[in-house]
Amino acid sequence: MTNEEVRSEVLNIIADIAPDEDLGGIQDSISLRDQLDLDSMDFLDIVMELRKRHKIEVPQEDYPRLDTLGGCVEYLQPKFQ
Amino acid sequence: MTEPQTEYDAIVIGAGMSGLACAIRLGMFDKKVALIEKHSVPGGLNSYFQRVKKDKEGNRVGIRKFDVGLHALTNFAKKGEKNKPLLKILKQLRLRYDSLEIQEQSYSQVLFNEKVLKFTNDIEFLVAQVKEVFSEEGERFEKLVKFVEEFDDTSLEFEFTSTKNELKKQGFSNEFIECLLCPLLFYGSSWENDIDLQQFVILFKSIFMEGFARPYGGVRTLINPLVEKLKDNNVDVRFKTAVKKIIKENNKVSGVELEDGTVLKTNQVYSSVGLPETESLLMKEKSKVGNLTFVECLYVFEKKIDREVNDSTISFFNYADRFNYECPKTPTDFRSGVFCIPDNYEKVESEEGMIRITFIANYDHWNKFSEKEYLAEKEKVKEQGLKLIKKLCPQDNRELLYTDIFTPKTITKFTSHKGGTVYGSPLKKRDGLTETKDLYVIGTDQGYLGIVGSLLSGITMANIYGLKGGL
Repeated sequence: MTNEEVRSEVLNIIADIAPDEDLGGIQDSISLRDQLDLDSMDFLDIVMELRKRHKIEVPQEDYPRLDTLGGCVEYLQPKFQ
Repeated sequence: MTEPQTEYDAIVIGAGMSGLACAIRLGMFDKKVALIEKHSVPGGLNSYFQRVKKDKEGNRVGIRKFDVGLHALTNFAKKGEKNKPLLKILKQLRLRYDSLEIQEQSYSQVLFNEKVLKFTNDIEFLVAQVKEVFSEEGERFEKLVKFVEEFDDTSLEFEFTSTKNELKKQGFSNEFIECLLCPLLFYGSSWENDIDLQQFVILFKSIFMEGFARPYGGVRTLINPLVEKLKDNNVDVRFKTAVKKIIKENNKVSGVELEDGTVLKTNQVYSSVGLPETESLLMKEKSKVGNLTFVECLYVFEKKIDREVNDSTISFFNYADRFNYECPKTPTDFRSGVFCIPDNYEKVESEEGMIRITFIANYDHWNKFSEKEYLAEKEKVKEQGLKLIKKLCPQDNRELLYTDIFTPKTITKFTSHKGGTVYGSPLKKRDGLTETKDLYVIGTDQGYLGIVGSLLSGITMANIYGLKGGL
């Protein structure tokens, strides 16, 4: 998967988790929590959805790497292979 | 007892708000889940029912829809606000805000003998009211709002701390304390004449700071999509099915036995029936059953109330010298209660009007009544309620079409809560853990209250023990 595809897949997951959020203007380098109303329960959902949809495991110590959309792409792209 | 059937990852007992949310969350991430409900419809204490509607000649002309318990959805939040419990639970259940068609209250009030304290979904309004009605308490109340905002109400430890003592320590008068606590106790205390401080903070935020609203269409507007979610997530839902016993091996849950003798094997059980009730399913009796139960009368009128007559949404009233939030010596205590006019939300679906009146009741009295005494007390409740309507809505001359009363016995019948309790046992298990491994308490006795609180309870317990693998 290309970075662009990974990015759009992560956005798909966030769109399902937070159906009321407008994801149009999400900036890749700003913390997702500062742009959206997401808390630790929601991040658990992102991790669970990655496991469910793509069989990708994110160990708890790596959760901080999912802080920004750019971080998600960088961390997850190799795992999507 | 037949041979064990089907193995589940989790069995959820009770399809009330907490059970629905818990089962959905577990099912969402591919757990094999069964949701067992004794009654034929979901919702528990916040369920719904319908009655045949007849004209004056007695001909059937349709049906009337009722909510069992809904006066208000607390924790009102506007779409897009941050860090609000209502928005959190909607997200976790993957529901859209707009799907609830939330209608705000006009205002509510505490009618405390001669004093009237109004509140809306804006805490500043209440602060101004306190300054006006209890002028000497104004500054202290502003400090209390800060105290509530800064209080950590997320602790999973439970040790009862008296709110009354805390408020006295802060310097409030007894009259003000009782007046302020009146709505909070009625909407969520399982303790007589007091409430645990953490619970107080949660209720203060959900009632005074966030406020009251109602989904257009009532509780069905929330329950119907939840039932759809159960289907979408392949939860095995069994209505009209009662659990007889929770089975354990070496102090670990291994299954449940149903009334018909069927045994379902499972790795985890989430029980929403209450702590003492869960203990009886384990064939032991220990925790104290709560003392507080209620009787409620629903009055249906030909049309909605004229807002000139009364435009409040909920009135918490007390006409006794002291506010007695306790099990009364008489079957029903008519001196205080809750007076709810659902017509006074922004927009309501029904053409007809409704008033709901709740009084505190004594379970033992109601339970021991003969059929005749039971009916006589119900009639008395209806009459006392009508007197109150005259008092609070003196110009109301609408025709009364129908009344329906639920009693402490009705509550026990439909919820299995011992003692007809609505807010459960005085002992709370905030971490949901029990002495039995993999058996968790969810719902009221886990310590969250109201529709939003119960949903949050089911979500949190499922997240911690089902999805994350523990605290």
